[in-house]
Amino acid sequence: MRVALFITCYNDLMYPEVGQAIVRLLRRLGHEVEFPAEQTCCGQMHFNSGYQDACIPLVQRFVDAFADYDVVVTPSGSCASMVRRYHPLVAELAAAQGVDATLSEKVATVSPRVLELTEFLIDVLGVTDVGARFPHTVAFHPTCHSTRLLGVGDRPRRLLAAVDGLTLVDLPRSEACCGFGGTFAVKNADTSVAMGLDKADDVRGSGAEVLTAGDTSCLMHIGGLLSRQRSPVRVMHLAEILAETGTEAGA
Amino acid sequence: MTDTADSPPTPRRADRPEPTFAGTPPFPEAARAALANEQLRANLGRATATIRTKRAAVVAERTDWEALRVAGAAIKDEVLRDLPALLEQLEGAVTAAGGTVHWARDAAEANAVVAEIVRANGASEVVKVKSMATQEIELNEALRQDGIDVWETDLAEMIVQLGHDLPSHILVPAIHRNRTEIRDIFIDEMGRVGRPAPAGLTDEPSELAEAARLHLREKFLRARVAVSGANFAVAETGTVVVLESEGNGRMCLTLPEVLITVMGIEKLVPTWRDLEVFLQLLPRSSTAERMNPYTSIWTGVTPGDGPGAFHLILLDNGRTDVLSDSVGRQALRCIRCSACLNVCPVYERTGGQAYGSVYPGPIGAILTPQLRGIAKHPVDKQTASLPFASSLCGACFDVCPVRIDIPEVLVHLRGQVVRGSEATHRVPGPEAIGMRAAAWTLRTPRRLGLAERAAGLGGRMFARRGMLRRIPGPGPVGAWFRARDLKAPARESFRAWWRRTHGGRDE
Repeated sequence: MRVALFITCYNDLMYPEVGQAIVRLLRRLGHEVEFPAEQTCCGQMHFNSGYQDACIPLVQRFVDAFADYDVVVTPSGSCASMVRRYHPLVAELAAAQGVDATLSEKVATVSPRVLELTEFLIDVLGVTDVGARFPHTVAFHPTCHSTRLLGVGDRPRRLLAAVDGLTLVDLPRSEACCGFGGTFAVKNADTSVAMGLDKADDVRGSGAEVLTAGDTSCLMHIGGLLSRQRSPVRVMHLAEILAETGTEAGA
Repeated sequence: MTDTADSPPTPRRADRPEPTFAGTPPFPEAARAALANEQLRANLGRATATIRTKRAAVVAERTDWEALRVAGAAIKDEVLRDLPALLEQLEGAVTAAGGTVHWARDAAEANAVVAEIVRANGASEVVKVKSMATQEIELNEALRQDGIDVWETDLAEMIVQLGHDLPSHILVPAIHRNRTEIRDIFIDEMGRVGRPAPAGLTDEPSELAEAARLHLREKFLRARVAVSGANFAVAETGTVVVLESEGNGRMCLTLPEVLITVMGIEKLVPTWRDLEVFLQLLPRSSTAERMNPYTSIWTGVTPGDGPGAFHLILLDNGRTDVLSDSVGRQALRCIRCSACLNVCPVYERTGGQAYGSVYPGPIGAILTPQLRGIAKHPVDKQTASLPFASSLCGACFDVCPVRIDIPEVLVHLRGQVVRGSEATHRVPGPEAIGMRAAAWTLRTPRRLGLAERAAGLGGRMFARRGMLRRIPGPGPVGAWFRARDLKAPARESFRAWWRRTHGGRDE
C-alpha cells in the first residue's frame, strides 16, 4: 500500500508541525508515508469564493500528483471534503468549458482515495488505540466540514478516548460552527468573530487545557481569539495529540 | 369624526407608510448593526435555541424521516420538471370548481389584480392570512397606496405591522421581539387602528394573546375581502391548502365574502396523495409539531359555505428565471418551513432583517439573489453580498425537509457574483487581483515554495512568541486582526522540512 500525504497548502505554510506529527505517528504504526512534492492546493478557497474556473489547474495538478498512490491521507476534513465532494464538479466545469475532457475520469479515480486522518487510521489501518500518551484535559471541536460534509462521525472521539492519560471534557454546543468559514472570516468579520467568541467562551468554560480538532483552519480562528483574550488554552491538531507519547518536549 | 362611548372605535389607517427592505446596506454592514443590538441577540439566541431543540426531538421520533425528505424533494423536482402542464391543470381544476385564476408575471401585476378585485367588491380594507408571497410583492404597501387598509391577522405579523417594523423570520416574523416589547407595541399602537389594548395589560403571554384576539375579532367580523398565500395547491383537484397555528387563517378563509389567494407558481403538488408527505414534513420542520393545528383546505367555492368568490393569483416574479438555473432551481423546492433559519449560526446572531429581504437566513441567501435575477444580470451590492453571508457550515442542508443543498447553491451563486463583477468592471478589484495572484502562486510547487519562504520571513519579523498581534491595515488584514491574533507562518514550511530532513529521517 502506497500512502501519500496531502499536507494542504495552509498546513504546509502555517502548521508544518501537523504534517510532521502525521509522519511520526504513521511511522510509529509501521507505515511509511510519501510526500509527493508536486502537490499544492485542493482549490477550496477559490471554489468557495466564486473563482471556480481558477480551480481547474489546481485539480489537474492534484490528480496528477496523487495518481500513483493507493491512499492519500490528509490532516483536514475540510480539504478532504473539497476533494471528495467538489472536485467532480470542478471536473464537470472543465469539461463544459472545453478545457479538459479527461479530468472527470481522473477525479473519479483519485478523489475517493483521499481520506481524512481519522478515517485513514480507523477504516484503513484498523487502529483506534494509536499508542499515544497525552496527560492533559482536552476539548474536541467537531469541525463542520469533517462532520457534515465528510461524515467522520465519532472517529476522532474514539481515537482521543484511547489516548493514555487524556481527559476528554464536554464542549457545550460543540456542533455549532466556530465562524471561520474561509474568506467568510474576513468578508463578514463581525459575524465571524461573534460566532467565534461564543465558541471561545464554551472552550474556556469547559475547563480544557487544550482544544483540538481535525482542521487547523478552525483552530487558527478560535486560537486567534483565545490568544487575543490571553487565555492559557492551547490549540492542537488531532494529529499532534495522537503523535505524542509523553516523552516529547512540550507534552 | 369623534368616537362616542357607545359607538365602536373607528378604524383609522396607520399614519405611517408600510416599511420596506429598500435601502438595506450590504450584509456585512447590516450584520454589524444587528450584532451591536444586545437585546436582539438575546431574543434571537433564546428563541432559536428553543425551536432547534424541539424540532430535533420531533424529527428524531420518525424513523422514516430521511425517506420523507427524499420523497419531498422528488415530488418537488417532479413539479419543477412539469411546471407548465401542472399549472394549466391547476387552472382548469380551480376554474371548474368555481374559482377564477389570474396569472401575474411580477409584483406589479399581482398587486394590481388584488387591488382591482377589492375595488370591484366595493371594499376598502382586507384581512390577511400570513403569507410570504404577498410580503415578497409588498402587497400591503401597494394596497395602502390605493387607499385600501390591510390588516395582518397572524399574531407575529400583526406585531410587526403594529410596530411599523420589518419581519425577521419566515415563520415567526417578530422573533426579534420579546414579551415586554410586544406589550409596549400593543399599548402604543392598537388604539390607533382599532380596538385599543385592554387597560393594565401585562406581558403575560395569555394576556397578550387575549388583547390580540379582541383587537382582531372586530376586523374578522367586518372584513368583506381576505387575502392569503398558499402552502400547497393540488394540480389534479384544484385544491388549495393553508397551514397555520392560531385559527386566524381559518377566520380569514371562511368569514369574508371574497377570498384572494396569491401563490408562487412553485407551490404545486401534482396529486392529492402528495400532500401526505408535506403535511408530515412541514409541521415538524417549522413549528416542531407532530401535526399542524389549523389546516384549511378548499377547492373553488361552495355555495352557502365560505367565501362566495375565490380568486387564485399565480405569481412568477422571477421564479421562471430560478427554474432555468440547473443548480439554483432546487431553491424552488422550499416549503418555507424556516428550519434552516433556526439552525443557522449566522442568522442566530444577525437576525433576519440584516438580509434585506422577506426571505432571510440561508434560504433567503440563495432565493433572494435568484429572484432578483442574479443569473441574468449583475445585481446590486446588497443582493451580491447575500451568497457570502454564510460560513458554509452545512447545518441548513442537514435540516432542510426537501433536501435543498444550500451550501452548494451558495457557492454556485458566489461564482455568478464574481463573473457578474468581472463583466461590469474593466479593472479588477483588490479581491479579484488577490484571488488571481493566489491561484497563480498555487499553480506550481516552486511558486508556492517561494511564497512560503517569503511568508516565513515576514512572520519572523513581526511575530511575538509565534503569534502575530494587532496588525493594522485595510481590507482582510485589518478585518482579521481587529479581534483575533494569528499564528505566524512557519519559519520552515512542511515541504522545506521534508526536503531538508528527507521526510524526517535525518532529523
